[in-house]
Amino acid sequence: MSAQPAGAAAAGHGEPGPQESGPGEPLDRFEALVAAGEAVEPRDWMPDGYRRMMIRQIAQHAHSEIIGMQPEGAWLTRAPSLHRKSVLIAKVQDEAGHGLYLYSAAETLGVDRAELLDALHRGQQRASATFNHPALTWADTGTIAWLTDGAAVINQAPLCRTSYGPYARAMRRVCQEEAFHVRQGYDLMRALCEGTPEQKAMAQDAVNRWWLPAVALMFGPPDTEAGGADARTAALGAAVSRRAMAWGIKRHTNDELRGRFVDACVPQAERLGLTLPDPAIRWNEERGHYDFTPVDWDVYRQALGEETHWARQRIAHRLAAHEEGAWVREAAAAYAARAQAGEPPVAQAAGASGPGRTEERA
Amino acid sequence: MTTTTDPAPRAEGGVRVDVHLAVHLLRLGDDALVLGQRLCQWITRAPDIEEDLALSNIALDLIGHARTLLTLSGRIDGTERSEDDLAFTRSDREFTNALLTELPNGDFAATVARQLVYTHYAALYYEALGGCADPELAAFGQRAAKEVAFHRLHADTWTERLGLGTPESARRMQRGLVRVWPYAAELFDEDEVLRPLVAAGTVPSPASVRPLWERRTAEVVGRCGLTVPTPRWQARGGRAGLHSEEFASLVAELQSVHRQFPGGTW
Repeated sequence: MSAQPAGAAAAGHGEPGPQESGPGEPLDRFEALVAAGEAVEPRDWMPDGYRRMMIRQIAQHAHSEIIGMQPEGAWLTRAPSLHRKSVLIAKVQDEAGHGLYLYSAAETLGVDRAELLDALHRGQQRASATFNHPALTWADTGTIAWLTDGAAVINQAPLCRTSYGPYARAMRRVCQEEAFHVRQGYDLMRALCEGTPEQKAMAQDAVNRWWLPAVALMFGPPDTEAGGADARTAALGAAVSRRAMAWGIKRHTNDELRGRFVDACVPQAERLGLTLPDPAIRWNEERGHYDFTPVDWDVYRQALGEETHWARQRIAHRLAAHEEGAWVREAAAAYAARAQAGEPPVAQAAGASGPGRTEERA
Repeated sequence: MTTTTDPAPRAEGGVRVDVHLAVHLLRLGDDALVLGQRLCQWITRAPDIEEDLALSNIALDLIGHARTLLTLSGRIDGTERSEDDLAFTRSDREFTNALLTELPNGDFAATVARQLVYTHYAALYYEALGGCADPELAAFGQRAAKEVAFHRLHADTWTERLGLGTPESARRMQRGLVRVWPYAAELFDEDEVLRPLVAAGTVPSPASVRPLWERRTAEVVGRCGLTVPTPRWQARGGRAGLHSEEFASLVAELQSVHRQFPGGTW
């Protein structure tokens, strides 16, 4: 039972920031703090834009964990061995835990989880579009763990040093677990690749379908001209990245991280005997990195659109669970409210006169 | 290969063969496997994220119990079948779980009611198993009892919140209890397989933990403003492989990938 609520670590660290009584205007103090590489804490003054960017990023990350449970969760009942079933349950459970840490980190910025979930359900906030793809076979669970969690680790490792303290602390924990998921995913793929020809074909098929979502959607839009399709979008992406980097929210461009991901995956795929579905992948001696096909911004925009079957399906699944569980949450809230008010819980139960005497409510 | 219960003879290589004990452990393992499978169906559909987490945690423990029990069963029945052989290659008619564990999830209250019945039974039975003479079984019983104590706490807590929450939750919780209570009796049944094992002191008697199970569940149900149902019938058949119609699809789903790839390694 490891469901330590995320906030415990994040919100508990609430001592005033070192700059609180320092000289100068709040903005100067904030910028000095970030420039010194120190953590911004919930009670520190911060620019509205920083707060909004932080809420947006943490919420999107939290939503991605929760929505990301679905494609793998769909295979829990079909895992082909009890060992793999246990591993997958543990992984999906970790994702729920990450969602909790992250919503709690967002709550330190003055929003609450219910609001954020409503925004997700109403389509005002999004989860990563990576998960708007279906998990069609068992091999998809391994591919998701190996490739999309692998992408997540590369994305998230620098976030362990991001400027907002509660987010950075949540990420340290998340990253450790994600790194483990990547290894489990690779191990699952290795078993398939060493299995029957049909198993290996299933693995290759899954990689064919998940490579592009991982390489494109996990890292965000291109933000350098080399990585993007045209100069205008690259400039736009670069502006957003620059601001996030100035505030210490991000530490690398999207394209830099994307390149790191490809560098990590190519030799792994070779060891597995799988082909990554990009004929342009080849070692560039001069750069010391792999070349690959730049992400097509139009493809990216299309995939982001909500009007796809799976984008709708993910939200519909989430919303159905939320609505069907409303009476449970109301009951828990009513029970907690009475307990907090110090009322004996039975007092509220109509006509209850003691154990086993409440037939009229049955 | 000899078939007996006690004293336990050792086959070639020191492996004890005891067909009755193997059947009993298979039943316990099937209970855990099938209930774990049902709980997996909740994940991503729970009333809140904390419950997705709690139910997956419980499912994970149950699959862990199933793995140990099926492995032991396959070893001591002399067939050398692995946990996966037993989980993924038997037909639904060969599963021996109690009917309680395969009941469809229903609403959250029905699931809590099913958990209440099972966890109070499993906590008592595993605790008793923890004191048996066989060191391997005793070690398993002790570990499983500790884990099930948390599952029981989870069931008790939700029975209380729902029983004493809102009129709607109380109505649903009572309906859940009424639905599952007829399925409790089968957990405590002793038949020609179990009686000799119990008589020889190889394993504890399920029937002997029933009075305490009744007292404890009645205490929880009563304190939550609910009524202990008094069913006029009791469901039986799971131990003999006679399951519900829905069970065939549960097993088909469980085994679908494994069966789709003959000779596959995972």
